[in-house]
Amino acid sequence: MHSILLMNPLITPDPGLVIWTIIIFGLLVLLLGKFAFKPIVASLAERQDAIQTALDSAKKAKEEMVALQAKNEDLLKEAKEERNKMLAETKELSIKILEDSREKAKLEYGRLIENARKDFQTEKTAALMQLKNEAGKLAIEISEQLLRKELSDKAAQESLVSALVNEAKLN
Amino acid sequence: MQPKIHINSRLIRFSLLFILVFISTLSSFSQAEKKEVAEKKYNPTPAILEHIADANDWHVMGHLHIPLPVIIYDLTAKTWEFGMSSNYPVIEEHEVSENQIDHHSSIENTIEGYVMKEGRIVSGEGHHLLDLSITKNVFAMMVSAFLLLFVFLTVAKSCKANAGKAPKGIQNLMEPIVIFMKDEVVEPNLGKHAHKFLPYLLTLFFFILFNNLMGLIPFFPGGANVTGNIAVTMVLALFTLIIINVNGNKDYWQHVFWMPGVPIPVRMILAPIEIIGVISKPFALMMRLFANITAGHIIVLSLVSLIFVFGNAGESLPMSGAGAAVAVPFTLFISLIELLVAFLQAFLFTMLTSVFLGMAMAEHHHEEAH
Repeated sequence: MHSILLMNPLITPDPGLVIWTIIIFGLLVLLLGKFAFKPIVASLAERQDAIQTALDSAKKAKEEMVALQAKNEDLLKEAKEERNKMLAETKELSIKILEDSREKAKLEYGRLIENARKDFQTEKTAALMQLKNEAGKLAIEISEQLLRKELSDKAAQESLVSALVNEAKLN
Repeated sequence: MQPKIHINSRLIRFSLLFILVFISTLSSFSQAEKKEVAEKKYNPTPAILEHIADANDWHVMGHLHIPLPVIIYDLTAKTWEFGMSSNYPVIEEHEVSENQIDHHSSIENTIEGYVMKEGRIVSGEGHHLLDLSITKNVFAMMVSAFLLLFVFLTVAKSCKANAGKAPKGIQNLMEPIVIFMKDEVVEPNLGKHAHKFLPYLLTLFFFILFNNLMGLIPFFPGGANVTGNIAVTMVLALFTLIIINVNGNKDYWQHVFWMPGVPIPVRMILAPIEIIGVISKPFALMMRLFANITAGHIIVLSLVSLIFVFGNAGESLPMSGAGAAVAVPFTLFISLIELLVAFLQAFLFTMLTSVFLGMAMAEHHHEEAH
């Protein structure tokens, strides 16, 4: 058995080839391990990380975007509400102002009317007084002239006096 | 102890199927071949064995031999011998009488110095030699090594140049394989230790793969039976053996010598079995790779030999044509299977090394039943 194994070159390891294989494979392990596979594996890991980070950040950005959108919508809604509220307030205010001013105007108008009436009354009284005075004066003048003319005639004088007396009695 | 082997059960079934197919084809063809050899005069065995074995020169075709450097240490005379293989006289096989069994004694004291016999340099005086020559397999291994260095240094360079960019070119071709080995083989088996052994295991995988594939190329720089040579697979298995036992933790050694969780008599029985197991695991790796690749080469060469067997070594042209009609489709079929086997065996060797290493470094919980 032993001699058969040694005889057959197929299953007898050749020492020279063993040594050469150790040298070549050993060198390959050192060189490829250090200069090829380490950088390759490192770059693969790096790329994996980079892709993962990119995916994560994309997902995060998307989430942020959605949150931002929701926030924007909220803001918009709030702003709309605010605006509506402000509009309503303004309207109310303007109505109130209008109402107030109308009220004020009414009061003023009334006051003005009252003043005018008072003025008018005063003026009227004054005018009436003046008119009375004027009329009195005129009457006096007229009566003076009449008297002057009448008094030249004696009979006439007498009739006048009696008339006046009669009149006075009636009053 | 049930080892956790992280491997797809489909893959196991698949590989089992292929091994079965492989064995059946191998046996049927060798039977057919024997029959042919008995009937005809042409004997394909020397040509096949010449191809399978290592040689000091590279026989390309016909009389074209590429000379390779010879470096020999003569163990008997304690001298060094350097030269080129073409400078040594060739002794044909038939010149040596067949009844002499030992090839040293057959030419003992007949020729001065060193001669080429069956492709190897031997001493004409029957000296024992340590052949450190750049043989065909060493040369083929060097070619693969340079190819590996070229390919993966290029990939590493383009990894650096393309940092942060999409991979391209040869980088794109190799990265998926690296990622597959990393994610499906090394990391599931080695866990947190994966990064430490990844460069070694990747080198191992690609070394076997490149040599397997180079062996499938039928002409000059390829075609050598590197991974089908027991010396090469032995070295690879030896590396695995050393790495497993150097990195094995306390639990591993405890499981080898004094299995916990079983009665003492059983421990005594288990210890020698486990000690044998330490050797037999890498031994199985060595034999598996060697046998698979050698078998593949033998099948392809046997099929090609059919042409010469049918045509009785060129005497009958029509029969050679018939042989070719049979041989070509079969060779094509087997070559495709060999292509698969080239990947499969590289994968298996690496995967099993990772599995054994993972088992040796696993943290066990002894509270659990084994």
